Amino acid sequence: MAKHHVHTTINGDPIELLCDTSETLLDVLRNQLNMTGTKEGCSTGDCGACSVTVDGRLVCSCLMLGVEANGKQIGTIEGLATGDKLHPLQQKFLEHAALQCGVCTPGFLVASKALLEKNPDPTETEVRYWLAGNLCRCTGYDKIVRAVMDAAHEMRSA
Amino acid sequence: MRYETPDTAEKASQMLAADTGHARILAGGTDLLVQIKTDVLDPSVIIDIKRIGEMRKVTSDATHFKIGAAVTGAELKEHDALRAAWPGIVEAANLIGSTQVQGRATLGGNLCNGSPAADSVPALIAAGARAQIVGPNGRRELPVEDVMIGVRKLALSKGEIIVSFTVPVRPKHGGDAYLRFIPRTEMDIAVVGCGVALVLDASGTCTAARLSLGAVAERPLLVADAAKALIGTKVDAKALDAAAAAASAACRPIDDKRGTKEFRVKVAAVLARRTIQIALDRAQGKSAPAGALGNTGAKH
Repeated sequence: MAKHHVHTTINGDPIELLCDTSETLLDVLRNQLNMTGTKEGCSTGDCGACSVTVDGRLVCSCLMLGVEANGKQIGTIEGLATGDKLHPLQQKFLEHAALQCGVCTPGFLVASKALLEKNPDPTETEVRYWLAGNLCRCTGYDKIVRAVMDAAHEMRSA
Repeated sequence: MRYETPDTAEKASQMLAADTGHARILAGGTDLLVQIKTDVLDPSVIIDIKRIGEMRKVTSDATHFKIGAAVTGAELKEHDALRAAWPGIVEAANLIGSTQVQGRATLGGNLCNGSPAADSVPALIAAGARAQIVGPNGRRELPVEDVMIGVRKLALSKGEIIVSFTVPVRPKHGGDAYLRFIPRTEMDIAVVGCGVALVLDASGTCTAARLSLGAVAERPLLVADAAKALIGTKVDAKALDAAAAAASAACRPIDDKRGTKEFRVKVAAVLARRTIQIALDRAQGKSAPAGALGNTGAKH
């Protein structure tokens, strides 16, 4: 069967691509577009490493078909920094040492950005529940939560 | 594997009916894509129903809400009128998976996936929701408790799809709630789930009640005896005892890694009591205490 011709927008850039029905959005991002910032963890929607936004809504890109991206606005980790200038969340993750191996980090950053766009002043409890679908096996989460709270504070004062 | 995007329920139904292989409907995909990935399913065609307008919106009139079967949990949570009328349904839907899963998962998918532990189903059953179905022979409706007939088995014929759920507008002095027990505080599957809806008269006597249990049988249960124990009472301690006992008596669970039969039977009574209390508080216009809602895991 012929591949699907998909017109989508990724981090603001119009993108055209061809994909099979069976390819997930994660497969398309990593294998076709070489956007390998989005990580593959469990591939079953449990770990959040592949988090992206679709029309502003946080989703796991492993649980969405590539062809479903047609006509959608996709946001990935590659869209966080502006040139060489890190997003406040990225800067705070560095300052708080909120990562070790780093595989979960793009997912946490994308998820945290989606939270702060919806709720610029979250409580710690809200941060923890929002990020419950992002697993980290290195940090014990505390540093991540502190980095998000600190970034939120800084972004509110900006 | 083909991929189709019909724009009406009738076209989707025709595609399903015409398929001779293993057609599957794609709504949020949070179960379907996992089943494809793990080789449980190998569909011949995927029918993406998210371009069907009536399946993607919540509407209301003087008597009912109509909730599209492909509206996501995150969208339900943002619908203020529905959340005010049926908080139990919205909270139950928002216990399914993570924030990421909420961005995609739907009520129609939660029901049609056919798991007895589906969180939103006991809440829908308690609310008296009716599934609106489109099929090759036109439209029909079924009470939600009659849709699932066993594990992964539905009372839908070939070509039939659920397009929406209708629930009445919130009755005066009515309230609903859903609680589940999980060993964690988030991201888990119900060991027992309980949905309750009840209505009081002006004097505070219960005039209508529905209680539904999930994960204690091969399908979600509507427990008529628990409702009988509440109707005609002031939902006092004695009525709560009787309803809790009826909830336990209705269970016919399995042992599995999440809990034993004995544990599930006991927890069903505990959850029934707590869920009724929250529904009662809501019916009386009291707000539930913070932290009391949703999961009753290790933190409580």
